[in-house]
Amino acid sequence: MADAPDVQKTDPAARYTDTAGKYIVIYGCLLVLATLQFVIAYSHVDRTAMFARMLLIAIAEAGLALLFFMHLWAEKRGFLLFVVVFTGFVLLAMQYGWTDSNRMDTGVPYSQPNSGVVSQ
Amino acid sequence: MSQADLTIHGQPPGLVTGIPPFSVAAKKMAIWLFIIADAATFAGCLVAYGFLRNGTPNWPTPFESIVNVAAMTFILLTSSLTMLFGVRAAKAGDKSRAFLWTMITALGGIIFAALHIREWMGLIHGGMTMFHNPWGTPLFGASFFSITGLHLLHVTGGVIALLAVGVRYKGGRYNADDLEVTGLYWHFVDLVWMFVVPFVYLLNLSR
Repeated sequence: MADAPDVQKTDPAARYTDTAGKYIVIYGCLLVLATLQFVIAYSHVDRTAMFARMLLIAIAEAGLALLFFMHLWAEKRGFLLFVVVFTGFVLLAMQYGWTDSNRMDTGVPYSQPNSGVVSQ
Repeated sequence: MSQADLTIHGQPPGLVTGIPPFSVAAKKMAIWLFIIADAATFAGCLVAYGFLRNGTPNWPTPFESIVNVAAMTFILLTSSLTMLFGVRAAKAGDKSRAFLWTMITALGGIIFAALHIREWMGLIHGGMTMFHNPWGTPLFGASFFSITGLHLLHVTGGVIALLAVGVRYKGGRYNADDLEVTGLYWHFVDLVWMFVVPFVYLLNLSR
């Protein structure tokens, strides 16, 4: 009977060579970015601009966490692409409903009674 | 590229040769697939929340202080760092130090959960529930408790996993790879919080 495949004998996955100092630097960057979000929350900008800035910072934080804390940067590039492209596609596909949300808010163009509706 | 180029010793990779896809071990691949699916779950919740917030006039902004959420963020971020130290020590074969860092990480999770529950109790005493909100639309209470509750559930699960894996690692039943897989989950919980804080808390500050 042939031996069962043993993943332990295969190529090692990522070899993590990051030093503790590098982790602390990334941690510091994440703290700074998180603090920046709190600063933006008290800045005098409209909600849309505030949302956009916070989203950008959150994406930057997530990128750092994914690449260095979760060691995606040390994995094979194919795996990195698989995770980023697949997840990114799913997350982007969820954004299809915003036009409906805006229509609920602004009431145009079809939310008015009988507006754009062909009566039977 | 011919078919032969895609095979290893005449077999497709991952089936017979034992070489896993992307050279990522099965356990790690499993947690990554879980993380991708869970990211979609949280994203779905946050998009639904944004949908409601965008489409609801006079959305309440009940949060007056950022001290609690800032402390929670700091603790969760720090627990990610301690988790990294734990995995690093485990990879280096330093079992006692790896166990210690893992337990410190779990303690961070427990403190985070305690602060979270304290905040919830304050809001509940203020009259906010899943179906009622004294400051306006009840949708706020429903979405707030749903999103933060789902995250708190993940933190609780993570703490239990850290304690269980940490103890079994120390006892020799689990190895450094198991600790690393648990660490990946813990970092993901931290990553989600980076999106929950700005959208659920900071955009709802009363000013």
